[in-house]
Amino acid sequence: MSSELISDYEVVHSRAKSFYERYERKPELQHQTHFCPGCGHGTVHKMLARAIDELGIQDKTILIGPVGCSVFTYYYFDVGNVQAAHGRAPAVATAVKRSHPGSIVIGYQGDGDLSAIGAAEILHAANRGEHISVIFVNNGIYSMTGGQAAPTTLIGQKSTTTPGGRNAATEGYPLQVSELLATLQAPVYIERVGLGDNKQIAQANRAVKRAVENQVRGLGFSLIEILAPCPTIWKMSAVDSQHWVRDVMEKTYPLGVFCDRTKEVQPRGLPEAGPSLDQIPHILGVADEDLPEGNSAVVEKAEDIDLHVRVAGFGGQGVLLLGEVLAEAGLDAGLEVSWLPSYGPEMRSGTSNCHVRLSSQPIDSPLVTVPNILIAMNEPSLRKFDLSVRPGGWVIYNGDTFPADCMREDVHVLALPFTQVAHELGDARACNMVMLGTLLEIANSLPQASIDVALRRLIKNPKWVELDERALTRGRELFKESLQEV
Amino acid sequence: MMNVEKRDRGLLRIDVDECKGCGLCVEACPPKVIGMSVRLNHFGYRTAEYAGAGCTGCGICFMACPEPGAITVLRAATRKAGQVPMIDTGMEGATQCASN
Repeated sequence: MSSELISDYEVVHSRAKSFYERYERKPELQHQTHFCPGCGHGTVHKMLARAIDELGIQDKTILIGPVGCSVFTYYYFDVGNVQAAHGRAPAVATAVKRSHPGSIVIGYQGDGDLSAIGAAEILHAANRGEHISVIFVNNGIYSMTGGQAAPTTLIGQKSTTTPGGRNAATEGYPLQVSELLATLQAPVYIERVGLGDNKQIAQANRAVKRAVENQVRGLGFSLIEILAPCPTIWKMSAVDSQHWVRDVMEKTYPLGVFCDRTKEVQPRGLPEAGPSLDQIPHILGVADEDLPEGNSAVVEKAEDIDLHVRVAGFGGQGVLLLGEVLAEAGLDAGLEVSWLPSYGPEMRSGTSNCHVRLSSQPIDSPLVTVPNILIAMNEPSLRKFDLSVRPGGWVIYNGDTFPADCMREDVHVLALPFTQVAHELGDARACNMVMLGTLLEIANSLPQASIDVALRRLIKNPKWVELDERALTRGRELFKESLQEV
Repeated sequence: MMNVEKRDRGLLRIDVDECKGCGLCVEACPPKVIGMSVRLNHFGYRTAEYAGAGCTGCGICFMACPEPGAITVLRAATRKAGQVPMIDTGMEGATQCASN
């Protein structure tokens, strides 16, 4: 055929603009999806991309991806993407839609994701009538994990967890999500469609577009359930699995519209924007003089500050508070900070530790696996974390003598009876603040004003503030004295 | 144009590198003008193959195909003087064909 002739033809169906040109998930095969040949997801992806194209909403669409075979929506759709934890797409979609009311939020979920682990999320999102569109792809099985039974597995259908076929007496009945949700008052549109033949595919295409259009019109919650083939796990050819959708699945999951309130509901405009930050005190009735002061002192970021601190001890020693004061002081000084506690369910006597980071740069991870300062408030904590300290770092140990077998050549060690020191100051419980004082003197990167502010923010009792201030000062002195001794 | 013989209403382009050979388009095609190739493509799949004539441009194969861009459907432009070509982008035509 000559090119002259082809030029008389116009392209009417081609790759949707809402798809990326190339899928950069892996270096090779960037031109095709990761789906198996004949997978229903590919077909549904195309319907959704086409709907987004036709409605002209690519720039304001946020797609919430699921866990399952279709987890990689963000590699395919050139729209805003959030990939939610398993089953939580409706909850994430709720948050996204409420915080960005002008966007079009579409949840995309499979049947394992939506009807099993995420059953509560979809039920409540539907019941609240969240203004989102949900595309629910039902193939009756957990495909990505290798074919376990889902709540939607048909009676008698074999899976790796129902090798004799699903039995209603032990595994219950197939969950009819569309019928279930249609009993609620809030949903605006719920329809079940299939991919069983050309006619069904054409109807599915219209339904997907309608679900998105309902949201564009501000109508409310729409869900489209799509019966989709899974040739690989069903162990059928693509064509046979398509027939199976129509001939077998449809008997359990009849197609049709289960709820349509699109004509009755009033379109909802965009909700009012929330109050700005400076309006909040007024709304709460807080007088100007009661507002917290701003930062007392911002550290000049002349040098890079990067503290990785691990504080460990037994519960009740004030391990977490020590870390909190440090982080709060860093915050006041205008640094990036993180404080991550880690403890068991016991309120007292269990082990307890916290990760604290202070940095002049944004913090990548709040975890401190390789600390440059370790505060070990008892011996088990020392033994647990001693080897993790970065060479050149500091170990501050609460004890008269440092256990010989914990000695390391490549770290600085300061072992002092901090509890005894605190006891002499007035209360052994101030031990944590003595140790913090030592740490602050070692790190020497926070202004005293920030520490004072942090202490007053976190400790309400003036008696304790006074004691803790003395404890901090004593801790600083202890470090200086230790230098003179050497 | 010298060729006055009646042209097909539609035309099909199949990207053999994107096609995974599931055969759904072969099943879906109302005029049955898509078959499977004998040769394997670069990745080892037998791919869909247009017979070369008879396409109506209905677009059903496109919607049945799970790959985003494996199939491109073209339709003969019906041009009248000074008019933009009429393009039917919806699936309305497809539904009619499907019920045939």
